[in-house]
Amino acid sequence: MHLLVCGGTGCRSAESDAIVDSLNKAIADRGLENDAKVVMTGCFGFCEKGPIVKVLPDNTFYTQVTPADAEEIVAEHIYKGRRVNRLLYINPESQEHVEDSKHMGFYRKQIRIALRNCGFIDPENIEEYIARDGYSALGKVLTEMTPEEAIQSIIKSGLRGRGGGGFPTGLKWDITRKVAAEKKYVVCNADEGDPGAFMDRSILEGDPHSVIEAMAINGYCTGASYGLVYIRAEYPLAINRLKTAIGQAREYGLLGNGILGTDFSFDIELRYGAGAFVCGEETALIHSMEGMRGEPTFKPPFPSESGYLGYPTNVNNVETYANIPVIITKGPEWFASIGTEKSKGTKVFALAGKINNVGLIEVPMGTTLREVIYEIGGGIKDGKNFKAVQTGGPSGGCLTTKHLDTPIDYDNLLAAGSMMGSGGMIVMDEDDCMVSIAKFYLEFTVEESCGKCTPCRVGNKRLHEILEKITRGEGTMKDLEKLRNLGQVIKDTALCGLGQTSPNPVLSNLDNFWDEFVEHVTEKKCRAGQCKHLLRYVIEPDACVGCTACARNCPVNAITGERKKAHEINQEICIKCGACVEKCKFNAIFVR
Amino acid sequence: MTKIKSLADLRRVKDDLQEKIRLRENADNPEKLVQIKVGMATSGIASGAKEVMSYLIEELDKRNVEAVVSQTGDMGYCYAEPTIEVILPGKEPVVFGKVTLKKADEIIEKYIKNGELVDGIIPRNYETIE
Ligand SMILES: Cc1cc2nc3c(=O)[nH]c(=O)nc-3n(C[C@H](O)[C@H](O)[C@H](O)COP(=O)(O)O)c2cc1C
Ligand code: SF4
Repeated sequence: MHLLVCGGTGCRSAESDAIVDSLNKAIADRGLENDAKVVMTGCFGFCEKGPIVKVLPDNTFYTQVTPADAEEIVAEHIYKGRRVNRLLYINPESQEHVEDSKHMGFYRKQIRIALRNCGFIDPENIEEYIARDGYSALGKVLTEMTPEEAIQSIIKSGLRGRGGGGFPTGLKWDITRKVAAEKKYVVCNADEGDPGAFMDRSILEGDPHSVIEAMAINGYCTGASYGLVYIRAEYPLAINRLKTAIGQAREYGLLGNGILGTDFSFDIELRYGAGAFVCGEETALIHSMEGMRGEPTFKPPFPSESGYLGYPTNVNNVETYANIPVIITKGPEWFASIGTEKSKGTKVFALAGKINNVGLIEVPMGTTLREVIYEIGGGIKDGKNFKAVQTGGPSGGCLTTKHLDTPIDYDNLLAAGSMMGSGGMIVMDEDDCMVSIAKFYLEFTVEESCGKCTPCRVGNKRLHEILEKITRGEGTMKDLEKLRNLGQVIKDTALCGLGQTSPNPVLSNLDNFWDEFVEHVTEKKCRAGQCKHLLRYVIEPDACVGCTACARNCPVNAITGERKKAHEINQEICIKCGACVEKCKFNAIFVR
Repeated sequence: MTKIKSLADLRRVKDDLQEKIRLRENADNPEKLVQIKVGMATSGIASGAKEVMSYLIEELDKRNVEAVVSQTGDMGYCYAEPTIEVILPGKEPVVFGKVTLKKADEIIEKYIKNGELVDGIIPRNYETIE
């Protein structure tokens, strides 16, 4: 039997190392070393209920395991063959135990291509990767295909960049290939700065070799013999696993000089980013690697023509790379058979927010939001109503109930006023205020703008100020118009992708939730109850017995009234702290 | 580890290593393989289920039958222990009772390899034992 223990960042912070140790000890205590093997893998995706331990061959899926549970798992499951029921996942709808992962709605609709090895192999052991057909794509390309043929395969597969832009990957490789230069570079963009996103981190933690192999294939195709991974320093586990993997690949002769007996040489180094969002933009990323300020520059020239140190540089995203080896081994036709007409393959999403199954998922392009939210995500938390889902992070927008049945792909998301982005998906319910959400994303861009160009540096600040004004109840209809106009100007005039997309969260929310904005402005009302300044605390005179508890606890003395008579709150003085509501024993104070 | 020197070399290494994760590969695609579940409650273990399980794992491997053998808890047929459930790809599960090593051999040769029914089938008393 194999016991797979999740070793992703999330589960590790919840002691998965100690779980592995305890399992090994319990197995050794019973002399079961020949019957059971413990493997620490990458993320299973089901982070909501981590740490996860999966027992094979029966696919039993234990959730929220602690080191103390190890003894029971070994004694009962391994030794006696009885599942430990109390650790099984409970289906939130039927309240029944779900015995194995094959019966979990979370996994049923997923197709795992980029995540094929995450949660399946030990990422620190190159042999498990090789056993899963690893490096055979590199071998095939080097010995049986010309660079042109390999590039044709990638073009035919229809793979598009997963870093946000969706540019056809094969085409980019072809452009880099055709530029003549004495030296070229291949870069992996592992900056991943969107709030809430952890797709790329999970791939690097769970399957670092797939990225290394793909970068080498890219090097062969484009004519580069150096690879650089730009990774944020805040990802220590991913950095470690990547370093281990690069070391092993060198040891096995899969990186270095004369790979697999051919005259192709390739090696990879890491470059660390300090975690600025703008450094994920490819030109800024290249400047940062060169030791300069991480500021974008105007394109063209594109990095494919003139990038790192002025040499042609092919930049791709982590998830884009993770798809490459399988496309080569299984063929472009296979890959192109999955997905929609213009978006092939799958996409990894990090599901977060007000959803039952927070975690990492991979679905075929063309899956609907409804399937993702209700079938895989298990629906909205606490039985609340769905309101919106944010995709594309600070560059994207919100999709609403009317988009629930839209198949997810690059073009449909753009048409709906959002974008694919790198794969963050934040679900919102009726308690979320859409004006505040727009403000949250703008706060992020204002913070992350590099300040090089005026529309982005100043324009976004103004947008943020107007939104702030609206949430304080001081907005006017004219302000809403200003948001639209200014947003459009920033989009049209900013230098880089950050500024060009930063107004999207505001603009798409204006389109989709116009009534809510108008309500804030004209009625000074926030239906979600999030905008503190718009709340009114009122005492219902019929329910108030005049006990004076509220008046005594109001920090600003906004409550007046005679003993044993109904009290009243002076709205001018009230600071909306809510202290009175807590103190009232008669439920006489309401928030309107 | 010496360096891998060619694609052919890589393929050889892969074939050697594949055994290490075969169990995981098979568990991932159970519907394409023969699945066998051995009832391993206390009564099952007492009546020799563990030996039957080891025998099945070894023999299926020797006879080149791709199968996933796993254990399960009490199947609810205590009178007929050891019991095993066999699911052939695309078929309904069949439960066999009082499985001795000899019976296990017969089940492999007749039922699993050729789909012929053999004695000892227990009518299933509920939908599935999963
Ligand atoms: C502000 C900004 C941030 C970006 N952040 C990332 C990022 O974190 N990771 C990434 O792969 N691409 C990011 N991109 C996109 C890159 O510029 C580039 O298009 C991408 O790395 C190309 O790889 P792909 O074609 O494989 O997607 C960002 C772009 C912008 C404008
Ligand atoms: S758009 Fe913003 S982030 Fe991009 S260059 Fe201009 S100021 Fe910098």
